[in-house]
Amino acid sequence: MPLPVEQQKVIQEAVKEHEHLVVDGMDISGHWNRMFGQRVIFDYDYANLEKVTSLPGGESLGWCYGCAKCTAVCPIDIVGDYSPRKIHRKTQMGIDLFTSDDLWLCTTCMNCLRVCPKEVNMIQIMPAVREQAVLAGNVPEELQKAFEDTAKYGNPLGQSQRKRAAWTKTAGVPVPIIKDLGRPVDVLWYVGSYPSYHPRGQDAARAAARIFNALGIDFAILGREEKDDADSQRLAGEIGLFEMMAEHNISVFEKYEWNVMVVTGPHEYNAFKNEYPKMGFERPILHYTQFLVQHLDKLKPLLKHEINRTVTFHDPCYLGRHNGEYDAPRELLRAIPGLKLVEMGRCRENGYCCGGGGGGMWLDSFTQNHTTMRLSERRVLEAVEYGAEVLSVCCPFEVSRFEDGAKSTGNDQLDVLDILELLDQSMNGG
Amino acid sequence: MNIIVAIKHIPSLADELELNAEGTNLDFDEVDFTLNEFDEHAIEQAVLIKEASGGSVTVIGVDVIEELDGVLHTALAKGADKAAKIVGDFEPGIDSHTQARWLADAIQGMSPDLVLTGVQAADDLDGQIGPMLAAYLDMPYVGVVMGVEAADGKATVYKEYSGGVMAKFEVDLPAVIGVQAATSPPRYAPISKIRQVAKTAEIEEIEVDEEGDGAGLTLRKMAPPVSAGHAEMLDGDAEEVAEKIIEIIKSAGCCSGRVDRVDRVDRVDR
Repeated sequence: MPLPVEQQKVIQEAVKEHEHLVVDGMDISGHWNRMFGQRVIFDYDYANLEKVTSLPGGESLGWCYGCAKCTAVCPIDIVGDYSPRKIHRKTQMGIDLFTSDDLWLCTTCMNCLRVCPKEVNMIQIMPAVREQAVLAGNVPEELQKAFEDTAKYGNPLGQSQRKRAAWTKTAGVPVPIIKDLGRPVDVLWYVGSYPSYHPRGQDAARAAARIFNALGIDFAILGREEKDDADSQRLAGEIGLFEMMAEHNISVFEKYEWNVMVVTGPHEYNAFKNEYPKMGFERPILHYTQFLVQHLDKLKPLLKHEINRTVTFHDPCYLGRHNGEYDAPRELLRAIPGLKLVEMGRCRENGYCCGGGGGGMWLDSFTQNHTTMRLSERRVLEAVEYGAEVLSVCCPFEVSRFEDGAKSTGNDQLDVLDILELLDQSMNGG
Repeated sequence: MNIIVAIKHIPSLADELELNAEGTNLDFDEVDFTLNEFDEHAIEQAVLIKEASGGSVTVIGVDVIEELDGVLHTALAKGADKAAKIVGDFEPGIDSHTQARWLADAIQGMSPDLVLTGVQAADDLDGQIGPMLAAYLDMPYVGVVMGVEAADGKATVYKEYSGGVMAKFEVDLPAVIGVQAATSPPRYAPISKIRQVAKTAEIEEIEVDEEGDGAGLTLRKMAPPVSAGHAEMLDGDAEEVAEKIIEIIKSAGCCSGRVDRVDRVDRVDR
């Protein structure tokens, strides 16, 4: 483990080339000991770097040695000027990350950490620094509203808590609410905020309900007892908000008897699998793609209608890179008759972020001043480049981002569909 | 300087508003309450004045559904110094004129130099709490204010009139100001800070047990709006829709110039 930056400073006056020097029996007289010099970093004022590295979670920024592997894979650098290396370098040039616009551009997609030889960890650095910025009152306006709506209404869309299960009325199949059901279930389905409230999210939720019913799954949802996972809000600096939502959700989860939890989205998958255990909740969690793959032998015969289209799949950062699941979505897509699956260049571990994670979902108004186009627009262009007619997703943040991107880049012909919608179409036609 | 902010806890408009069985008011069991948005600006303005000119900010409201604590904790987390709530055995639908009487009685005992309150509230759109406080406290009132500076016994306030006209008033303190907007948007109070405040905050409780004067009005009927017409949805691509819109405008007689074809339809960019 490298020493903290401030402890690496060598006392310059004590460093010279020693004419005669023997160390541990080794004669390194003269020029052989000339290399004991200062790291270049100390030619600069490293106070701004130390401000970050002295924060719990911020230490790893000091380990950067400027190789720029991160710059090559950072999704924002493709459409802007950004990477952990650049942030590190900027601290040397006097930029204070806590008050810099750079603080809000990172989506925590983790492509940098994947390639970093020194394990500079933006997934820890960003929330740590952002938390301080939020405490000091520096929050971009759109993000502030998302925080406030999450706290007030239990969802970042500012919709009524009471109406969280309103989407079930037009699902066409029963969607039991566990409180009303009054008995244990096999599967507790955590629906999530965007599938509950956003029109395109609701389309996917209804499709999921029809699929679960067709498979005879014994499931129930929480309805208005369910609150947002707030994992992205946590990564955007509101750790207190995350804890508040988690305390509520955990107490509700523990009220009922169920065997496995199935989630619609990768962000709650990440929260429940990796963060909630730290707060005392550890139960089996599956993303819906993983769950449906377990039932593939029952599902496949139900996929009667052909979908004769060229489909590409966008790996969601928080299912793929963060949690290692690349295959389950593809297995489902390959099970659909007639569907031609093509891969984009930036796929699997090198997937290109849609821009929604880490608070990005509520920072477009801010990010637009720093990028030539939205990350989602860049990704849409890639999908079209690889000949896709359909861009398929399995994260509720993505549908609206890519549909907007398709419209704004003049690619209205590209359909954006959740895998649930494709499965539903293959099951029920239409 | 002693700054008092009078706030109002009102039904949240994010909810579908449900009526009681008699159809005379909301069903208060089925609706969530939230802080009046203009009061959020009043709190922000009070804290800004304190930061600029010194003093102490006290936030006070009537605890209509016994859930005001969260609102008061948030205000304290944003920089208010003290919080107080008026408690008693009353109905959630208690009208604002009664609230104004109770607030005035409580504020009177706080030696106020400046009283800020939201210019109006979304539940009744009455806008009377401010003027009534001023009348009860025998202070001047300026409403629809977009910014307040206060120091040395005087306040400078910027009042918005229609047509984009702004007036600048100088008001002798003590005074009551009806705030429409603070000088800058309400700041964010981090949840961790609010939770911390909630652990240690002491909220003064002021009891009232009288019925209150009331507004002198009886709410006879409340009903949801009836949709009278519908919107006509136009289909087609941008050019086709533009042509149809031009036809509608022309046939409605709203267009005096000659518009006989669409030359270009631009995509709306950010």
